[in-house]
Amino acid sequence: MITTSNLSKKYAGNQVLNIASLDIPRGQSFGLVGNNGAGKTTYFSLLLDLIQPTTGHIKSNNIQVNESEDWKPFTSAFIDESFLIGYLTAEEYFYFIGELRGQNKADVNKLVSQFEDFFHGEILGQKKYLRDLSKGNQKKAGIVAALIGNPEVVILDEPFANLDPTTQIRLKGIIKDLAETKGTTVLISSHDLMHVTDVCERIVVLEKGEVVKDLQTSEATLKELEAHFSN
Amino acid sequence: MIKLLLSLEWKSFFRSASFGKSLGIKIFMGFMALYFIVIFLGMGLGMYFILKKAYPEQDPLVILNGFLFYWILGDLIFRFFFQKLPVMSVKPLLTLPIKKSKIVNYVLGKSGLSFFNFLPLFAIIPFGIILMTNGYPMGSVLIWMLALIIVTLSINFLNFIIESYSAQTELSFLPLIVFSGGVFALNYFDIISFTDLVGNAFNAIYNSPILIVIPILILIGLYLFNFKLLRQKLFLDSGLKEKVKEVNTSNLDWTKSFGDIAPFMQLDLKLIWRNKRTKSSVWMLVLGLLYGLFFYPQPTYQDMPWFFVFIGVFSTGIFLINFGQFIPAWDSGYYKLLMSQNIKYEQYLKSKFTLMALSVVILFVLGIPYVFFGWKILLAHFAAAIYNIGVNTHVILLGGSYNRKKINLNQKAAFNYQGTGAVQWLIGIPLLLIPMGLFALLNFLISFEIACLILGVLGIIGIIFHQKLMGLITAKYLESKYKMIDAFDQNN
Repeated sequence: MITTSNLSKKYAGNQVLNIASLDIPRGQSFGLVGNNGAGKTTYFSLLLDLIQPTTGHIKSNNIQVNESEDWKPFTSAFIDESFLIGYLTAEEYFYFIGELRGQNKADVNKLVSQFEDFFHGEILGQKKYLRDLSKGNQKKAGIVAALIGNPEVVILDEPFANLDPTTQIRLKGIIKDLAETKGTTVLISSHDLMHVTDVCERIVVLEKGEVVKDLQTSEATLKELEAHFSN
Repeated sequence: MIKLLLSLEWKSFFRSASFGKSLGIKIFMGFMALYFIVIFLGMGLGMYFILKKAYPEQDPLVILNGFLFYWILGDLIFRFFFQKLPVMSVKPLLTLPIKKSKIVNYVLGKSGLSFFNFLPLFAIIPFGIILMTNGYPMGSVLIWMLALIIVTLSINFLNFIIESYSAQTELSFLPLIVFSGGVFALNYFDIISFTDLVGNAFNAIYNSPILIVIPILILIGLYLFNFKLLRQKLFLDSGLKEKVKEVNTSNLDWTKSFGDIAPFMQLDLKLIWRNKRTKSSVWMLVLGLLYGLFFYPQPTYQDMPWFFVFIGVFSTGIFLINFGQFIPAWDSGYYKLLMSQNIKYEQYLKSKFTLMALSVVILFVLGIPYVFFGWKILLAHFAAAIYNIGVNTHVILLGGSYNRKKINLNQKAAFNYQGTGAVQWLIGIPLLLIPMGLFALLNFLISFEIACLILGVLGIIGIIFHQKLMGLITAKYLESKYKMIDAFDQNN
């Protein structure tokens, strides 16, 4: 689904990302881990054509993302709060995203109603603008908005950060369900090794912009990751 | 400590993404400042002789003191619109070992160094020196000058008090206008003569220097009041964070008739209505619409047809200028979202265009009653409206592709009252002056009707080539996409 070739990004001569080749097949739940500055967000930003690659390219469903915009209809993402529109209520935000993705209000309502558990009664019908919600609740709204319109590729940067334990567990369920039953390609990044091994079939470790480990998740993965990061 | 705070600001200025742009503005402001300095200097040097000539029987100083009331009132209004309390991001400083009183003193002290406070000096000092050379007692003149400086500083701090209270209301400038209008009326109709009151006060200070204590006490009082106001706001839950109001949602279904740009129009309308900063541009509409009433009733302007076009472009285009110049920065907070969503850039820009064009039409229609002052005015306004739709909208959209300054709509910083000052009017200058100059020239060379016609034709050409122009503008935006994303990601 997503092919990366010879991708590199330099800022003023500083290499922040350098991936010779990375293929992510359709329907895989893919986890990206690494310390701060390892290049996780840079990779996602390149994938969304928010920054320009220095060399190489990413192809999503055979569409080169920095040349054509045709990847947009089947891709959605929640990277940070700058993906939220602060002066809308959660419902209005969902409808707006829905409208951009060709979903009417009924479609959006149907999708969103599946996440009532996840929202824990703190998002819908609040009569509050998104900017007035807490960080955690903003994140919940952003993540669910990224699922509107049956995207084939979902990109979530640090989805577990700022969430309470109950929500983290529910989110894990949602992500697993996406990849397993709906065939969605899910890309997440996280600093929490436990969550990532729980959710992802495959984990790639980035270090200073380079892929240093590429693991199919198994019983031993968590131990291996912990060993890697404790050095 | 002050050195530290200064160096912080120095860095935030020089390291910001919009540095180049704000430098250009700073240079322009520098020229404006120079211009005002020259005017004030001229006033200071010439005033004594002008007054002497106009009122040979009376003491020029007494006459001037009589006018000081108007200066105080005018200065207050001018500052309200153009001077803002120096903005500083205080949140990161709160948990550091810096006394809160120090932060407040620093901000207030810095405001004391504002250009607005130095400007009167250019008039006061030469005037005072001329007084002394003309045989006025030196001590008294010095005290009088000191009194004026103290009053200037008092106006400075009074302005911030007014701003901090009026910022909480929706029609922020209304209370001040009503108040100063009321005071002016009371004075004008001789109900309470503030001119005499203020004049006598200054005469008294001049005659018995000990009275200088009174303005000094007023200044200290105003400073302390400001101090108290700001000090209260230095808590996360008071000034830095506002109360959450329950919101009313509306579905704005009528926008559906605009087809595929409907979602963006809904978003823009909500943007305008739900953020304080954009909302103030709605109230500006009223001001713009009534702007002509300041001029048209006076017969002097009836013989200046080029002026009709100025008023026409301004009053039909006030929303265009106010809102348009910050495209796409209004959406800077969630620009990354828009760029990764399934949207066509052209639709996004077209929604902005439609909104601006609509505002011009509505403002023109509301302005039709100006026909009362002559059909020429209506004709000139009509030509100006067409010019606004056809030319100025495209120009301002194109200008937006060079926009690199983030607007933080969600920000509720204590020290940020209205967020904009004199700068927001700068872009209006070419939009206003070009049609006005062109019109004046044609009017002078050929005739009023032809001048109107040509202005209108330029607008129509713009409308005819709308699709093509939008294509070009869109390409320009796409070209600077990455730069914009990067700049909007930065916080300064």
